Amino acid sequence: MADAAPSRQRDTTLMGMYLFLASEIMLFGGLFAVALALRLLHPQEVAAASRRLHYGIGAANTVVLLTSSLAVALAVAAAEMGKVKGTVVSLLAAAGLGLGFLALKAVEYGMEIREQLLPAFTPAEAFESPPAHLFMDLYLVATALHAVHVTVGVVLLAGLAWRVHRRSLALPRGAAGVEVVGLYWHLVDVIWVFLYPILYLVR
Amino acid sequence: MTEVSYLEHGHSLKSWLLTTDHKRIAILYFLSITFFFFVGGAAAALIRIDLLTPEADLMSNEGYNRAFTLHGVIMVWFFLIPSIPNTFGNFLVPLMIGARDLAFPRLNLLSWYIYMLGGLFTLAVLVLGGVDTGWTFYTPLSSMFANGNVILAATAIFVVGFSSILTGLNFIVTVHRLRCPGMTWGRLPLFVWSIYATSLILVLATPVLSITLVLIAAERLFGVGVFNPALGGDPLLYQHLFWFYSHPAVYIMVLPALGVISELVTAAARKPVFGYRFVAGSSIAIAIIGFLVWGHHMFVAGQSMYASAVFSFLSLAVAVPSGIKVYNWTATLYKGHIALDPPFLFAMSFIGLFVVGGMTGLILAMLAVDVHVHDTYFVIAHFHYIMVGGTVSAYFGALHYWWPKMMGRWLPLVWGRLSAIFIFLGFNLTFFPQFILGYLGMPRRYHVYPAEFQTLHVLSSAGASVLGLAYLLPFTYLLYSLRHGEKAPPNPWGATGLEWTVPSPPPQHNFHELPTVDGPPYQYPVEPDAERETAHG
Amino acid sequence: MKVVAPLIAVWAALLALLGLTVGASLMLTGTPSLVVSLGIASAKAALIAWVYMQLRREGGLMRIMALGAAFWLLILLGYLALDYLTR
Repeated sequence: MADAAPSRQRDTTLMGMYLFLASEIMLFGGLFAVALALRLLHPQEVAAASRRLHYGIGAANTVVLLTSSLAVALAVAAAEMGKVKGTVVSLLAAAGLGLGFLALKAVEYGMEIREQLLPAFTPAEAFESPPAHLFMDLYLVATALHAVHVTVGVVLLAGLAWRVHRRSLALPRGAAGVEVVGLYWHLVDVIWVFLYPILYLVR
Repeated sequence: MTEVSYLEHGHSLKSWLLTTDHKRIAILYFLSITFFFFVGGAAAALIRIDLLTPEADLMSNEGYNRAFTLHGVIMVWFFLIPSIPNTFGNFLVPLMIGARDLAFPRLNLLSWYIYMLGGLFTLAVLVLGGVDTGWTFYTPLSSMFANGNVILAATAIFVVGFSSILTGLNFIVTVHRLRCPGMTWGRLPLFVWSIYATSLILVLATPVLSITLVLIAAERLFGVGVFNPALGGDPLLYQHLFWFYSHPAVYIMVLPALGVISELVTAAARKPVFGYRFVAGSSIAIAIIGFLVWGHHMFVAGQSMYASAVFSFLSLAVAVPSGIKVYNWTATLYKGHIALDPPFLFAMSFIGLFVVGGMTGLILAMLAVDVHVHDTYFVIAHFHYIMVGGTVSAYFGALHYWWPKMMGRWLPLVWGRLSAIFIFLGFNLTFFPQFILGYLGMPRRYHVYPAEFQTLHVLSSAGASVLGLAYLLPFTYLLYSLRHGEKAPPNPWGATGLEWTVPSPPPQHNFHELPTVDGPPYQYPVEPDAERETAHG
Repeated sequence: MKVVAPLIAVWAALLALLGLTVGASLMLTGTPSLVVSLGIASAKAALIAWVYMQLRREGGLMRIMALGAAFWLLILLGYLALDYLTR
């Protein structure tokens, strides 16, 4: 019975997190719906606008996020084995990669501002076509919302590393705490996995 | 039995504002929702007074637009959606399933604070002069032309949406994880089934509204134009996204009411509910089919004819699970030993009004007829029959039924019966004329109208004044009962359900020992705890 | 190492799929490009959900909770496509 209580608690917490992630999927789902509508309404212009994005930077950022997901998965595995140091190192690595993602994204935004591609920094006349303008609007909203999620994730991961390091989250008893934050981070990754082809690879 | 009740456990303001007790949070919601009910009602009163004459004599056009927008926004997001789930759901779900609290008590308190934050934003909108887009925030009106506080209003709804999501999430996990031993899915009270179905919609539909409001705000702030036809965007896309949330939101508003009525009807009939499985299953069916019908709001907006045909057919299909419920309630009442208590009178008026609202919904779901009555008072009357005649009646029914449990005091039954009757009469006098008005061509959202419509508008406004007073009535005698009502026994109505096995009001941790359930639900008849004397009515 | 090896293998597979989708985008256009890129994205998401999010060790209920939203999203996207393609 001593073991049953934490495992019940873990299932309850996990279920809550999965439902929260379901609502996150629907939140980004609205943007996927916009992407679908734009693509059906203006296939040529959307493809042309997508070609102007730096798909190489996007791919590099995908690698960064996928690797950080690996780090989080390793952190969960270490936490379940009660390895404090391994957990902390993996969590910090994941948070660091998250920061790297944000840095690369900022560089990319900077390039797009200089190339007169990013709405809010670019006069409407500078866009190739009105639908190209719309597509870049969607790009900006979607990537900015995703970046907000990455930022929240970095804070969560770093805070978790701190708590594990200070032993205020004891392992392996508190492994569910690592798992729950990990789920959030993986979902942020999954959303990027879809955003990347939908934004960068329209041909 | 010396356990301290949840009401007695701490009297300081702090013990209320920092509580994680689901029952206290329910009371917090009850107070804040009642406040918004009267703010929204005041806006409705302004509308009905203005409509007494064909000319614009009380408000300017702009002022009238702001009044009905405020009425809609407050009633939908700050009263109807949280009404039954956040008060009675919060109070009853743990009690009904034999748990000590919700799965995430602190999250529950957070939801209330988020709700209040959203409410503050709404009050700020009100103080700063309102919005004039209608509660639907249709583009391009809301994005390019409206000059009210659109962004602030969108923020308010965005914020309150998170309260909805977190509450729904909490209920789902609670029902899955915290049922007491023996409380199988087949033994869950029907109210819990309906709250579960509602929560599914809350979690899955609300985020789409959130992102849509973000896009509106982004369009106003940065010119992000995905709904802007001048850039090749599509205003209809806004309507798709909005109604993907807002049609299921109609079921968020009415499903909990259906659950309440299932409880009230069986308790009044003193018989086991007829067709338990079908009533429970129909809640889930309504939640799912409710996601497939949103396009019936867009029949004349220019969406594809083929999409309209599919949406029309599926809208008719929603009537099936709704009909199942009404038939099962009727069959439950058949040969029952019915007591004409206030909760039952509210339930009866619910059933009648819900049937009228539902049947006129079928009329509106038909493509050809909708072209004629779209955006007229026929639509207004239809959804008020469901939302006000239905949900608000059920809300008052629930308030009367569970009041002795929540407060530990009897309410004056005679006054309860009177207010149920006055609400029913006032409601019909207000909204039935609007069916005729709409069919004759009176469009919604206009306050200047041809003189020939005046008689019906005056009738409607007269009914609204009866209805307004009838809504005030319960709050006076319920307040009175808090001081002067007799102490209520644990099971005053002779009802089944775990919530009636604990003292009234319930102790802080609900159950001294977690109960065990060993039989099906609704094993009527059950004797009431105390013989009811004529003194109670 | 028993736990770690599959995690690294999945990472390698994810990177390979990323390479594949970039490569495909250089060759395909129009609908085939859309189908392939979304198919690869779904495969990547499935790998992450199944192994990293540990759905493989959860029961059916948790899987439904995790993936149910995808079904609801398909309702939204499906109806939109119906409207836009037949308008």
